[in-house]
Amino acid sequence: MKYLAKDDSKCIQCGLCEEICSTTYFKTNDVEKSCIHISKDGKPDINVCNQCGECINICPVQAIKRDKLGVVRINKKDCVGCFMCVGFCPENAMRQHDEFIEPFKCIACGLCAKKCPSGAIFIAEKEAKELAYAD
Amino acid sequence: MLTNRRGDEKMDINVLKEGRKLLTEYKYELGKVDKGYTNRTLYVNISENKIDSKPVTPIMKEKFVGGKGFGLWYLWNGTTPSTKWNDPKNEIVISGGPVCGITQYPGSGKSLVCSISPMTDIPIDSNVGGYFGPLLKFAGWDALEVQGKAEKDIVVFIDGNKGIVRIEEAPLEAIDSHVLAEQLTEMYADNEEDKRNVSVVTAGTGAEHAKMGLLNFSLYDPRRKVTRFKQAGRGGIGTVFRDKKIKALVVKFSGVKGNLNNPVDQGIINKAGIKMHKEVHDLDDNQNRMRKVGTGYSVEVMSAYDLLPVMNYQYGGHEDAKKIGPEVLINNYLTQGKEDGCWYGCSMACAKTADNFELKTGPYKGQHVTVDGPEYETIAGVGSNCGIFDPRAILEINFYCDTYGIDTISFGTSTAFVMECYTRGIINKEITGGLELNFGNFNASVELLHQMSRGEGFGVIVGQGIHRMKKLFAEEYGADSDFLFDIGMEQKGLEYSEYGSKESLAQQGGFGLTNKGPQHDEAWLIFMDMVNNQIPTFEDKAEALYYFPMFRTWFGLYGLCKLPWNDIAPANNKFTSEPAKIPEHVQNYLDVVYGVTGKRLNTQELVTESERVYNFQRIFNIRLGKGLRSNDKIPYRSMGPVTKEEYESRQERYDGQLKEFLNYEVEGKTTEEKMSVVRKYREEQYEKLTDAVYKRRGWNSNGVPTIEHLKELGMDLPMLIEVVKDLQ
Repeated sequence: MKYLAKDDSKCIQCGLCEEICSTTYFKTNDVEKSCIHISKDGKPDINVCNQCGECINICPVQAIKRDKLGVVRINKKDCVGCFMCVGFCPENAMRQHDEFIEPFKCIACGLCAKKCPSGAIFIAEKEAKELAYAD
Repeated sequence: MLTNRRGDEKMDINVLKEGRKLLTEYKYELGKVDKGYTNRTLYVNISENKIDSKPVTPIMKEKFVGGKGFGLWYLWNGTTPSTKWNDPKNEIVISGGPVCGITQYPGSGKSLVCSISPMTDIPIDSNVGGYFGPLLKFAGWDALEVQGKAEKDIVVFIDGNKGIVRIEEAPLEAIDSHVLAEQLTEMYADNEEDKRNVSVVTAGTGAEHAKMGLLNFSLYDPRRKVTRFKQAGRGGIGTVFRDKKIKALVVKFSGVKGNLNNPVDQGIINKAGIKMHKEVHDLDDNQNRMRKVGTGYSVEVMSAYDLLPVMNYQYGGHEDAKKIGPEVLINNYLTQGKEDGCWYGCSMACAKTADNFELKTGPYKGQHVTVDGPEYETIAGVGSNCGIFDPRAILEINFYCDTYGIDTISFGTSTAFVMECYTRGIINKEITGGLELNFGNFNASVELLHQMSRGEGFGVIVGQGIHRMKKLFAEEYGADSDFLFDIGMEQKGLEYSEYGSKESLAQQGGFGLTNKGPQHDEAWLIFMDMVNNQIPTFEDKAEALYYFPMFRTWFGLYGLCKLPWNDIAPANNKFTSEPAKIPEHVQNYLDVVYGVTGKRLNTQELVTESERVYNFQRIFNIRLGKGLRSNDKIPYRSMGPVTKEEYESRQERYDGQLKEFLNYEVEGKTTEEKMSVVRKYREEQYEKLTDAVYKRRGWNSNGVPTIEHLKELGMDLPMLIEVVKDLQ
């Protein structure tokens, strides 16, 4: 199962990952539209989806599914914008922005990992049994 | 041939379709919702096969808001002071309200159904989940107003994507809800994915013969692949529905999104909604466990506090309550871990379901069915109140009540009443047609239901409700009508819902001083009053019986559910100035209303909105002959011990109260003497409470809203003044 792995201790809080994420998916440099969030003060803290899949069971219309690579993805066409997945995410990593009526999340595309100057984020694989929540 | 979900019953949709006959078709422009309103109502007259669009006027929005407000407004205008429940003029109005259909805040998909009730002969309003209300709005209609009476069984179909309404004769479809809703969902959905875009309203065969008929509102569950229901239970609207020969109302709309209400400020709604989702996520497991067991969480708590109705409200608890308590339901019956909301975005998800339940009796015996619920009211009503402490029995009765279209509360309370009458010899086996209606007899209880469905036997009599049974038993079987008045737990013709109120004067008022009869919609003050002693004086109680009924019925104006207001509370709620009101949640609602409509209300304005409709409904009752002080009297069983056994079961408490409150020396007195003193005292207390509540509500001592108060509320409408002017 593919996911964006992290090592908080290596993060230098440069924010490049946030910029890449939001410009890739929303054509704007806005941390509020980034799937990955980095703490601005204090110890580095990387907040991003770990593809655990709890949101899959929360969605009332089954708009959230795991793809064949194991990545949890939202089908925006079916999504009814209830944001329960946002409130129930154990990682607080499901995102929502008032300009959009659907939530958004990390799909482990790896673009941010490629540019990360310190190697704090990287694409990794884990076994299905390591997932916190079964589908 | 299509196989239904249980694989044990065949239905051929094409055959059903061939039986259809189109009576009329109406085409309309698809509308757009603006700030929560479509600004029009769909009027369907099934006597004349006439369909029309009616404008929603500014005065309707200003004075009546939506939901139950619109329902009562149309009902008033469509009927006369002499309209009876089965008059073709009587209406069934379904309306969500301006917030109905948002998906971000829990409990925002409610419909309010209004009609003149066959139980009470006055307006009833019933609050129900399921997808019909939201889909109706997105199909272009703030309300659906159905009037008239069809000659043969019909289905009304609204296609919200094509802008078509059809009335069709539908002779071949089933009548019982669990079969019919599946047939119609299958018939109108384009494919499996489309099924969630279809919602149907149905009743059942029981509703044809009993007065306590209910309506089921469907939602398609894509995970279970079944059609589930929520019920508009109270007051017999299902009976009106079948009397009008309506088999079903169907709405179809695909394309639900989170912003279809075109709100003024989506962001403020999102913020409030996500905050609530987090609150439920973080706190529900340690508070009420609504996500695990729904409202059934409270059975054992009620029993521990002497509030669980047992054997027709004689007693308030039972050692077997744990057998029907939440642990048993969670561990053995209710499917866990599914998303059980009755509209999108309800993270409280209390609409629990027992899947794969095998029926042991009746026409569907042997089938494995999905049972919706059981709710607390059902567990207590058809369970403990009838002396039945078997969860399987409760689920079976729950299922048959739903599919036959019978209100579990009225059924439970009525069955408890006949069981007490049977136990006391007021009725016997000859009268019941051989049914041994002892407390605890599940087989007899469920047989009453099957008889209601078939339209035969003593079940049909029970289905008329306690009000009519009291008269019948006194007139035909020589029963003591005073005693029946004491033990028959109904008022205004409606059966009590399932809480013992003997030890809470405020709750006696919470049941008795209501518009539609004794239900738990308006006020639930037992804990505030009896357990926490927060409202000790008459004035305190009157204030609570002003604020809470207004606040709690306000939800019905907007298409909201009351449960997320107080079945979850913020972690810091107990440190607020008025924890019983849950101030943070009240603020959420003010934010959501602003977000959708652009209307900035404060808490007083919120209450005033509701008070306008509340007083309108009171005057509607007066117009139909039942809104005065004499109609607010309550059976003594709800106030104190009717029988010696009841007194002696709580002797210490009652003796103590006699000493403490009345300085009455109990030594050497017989139980009968003490009972009589207790009764006099308690009846006086209720009258004093009534005085205080009427005063606080701006009503005169006869329970009539004063013209001055109506002016203050902006409700001095000529139609209302006309009704109350001679009663000032």
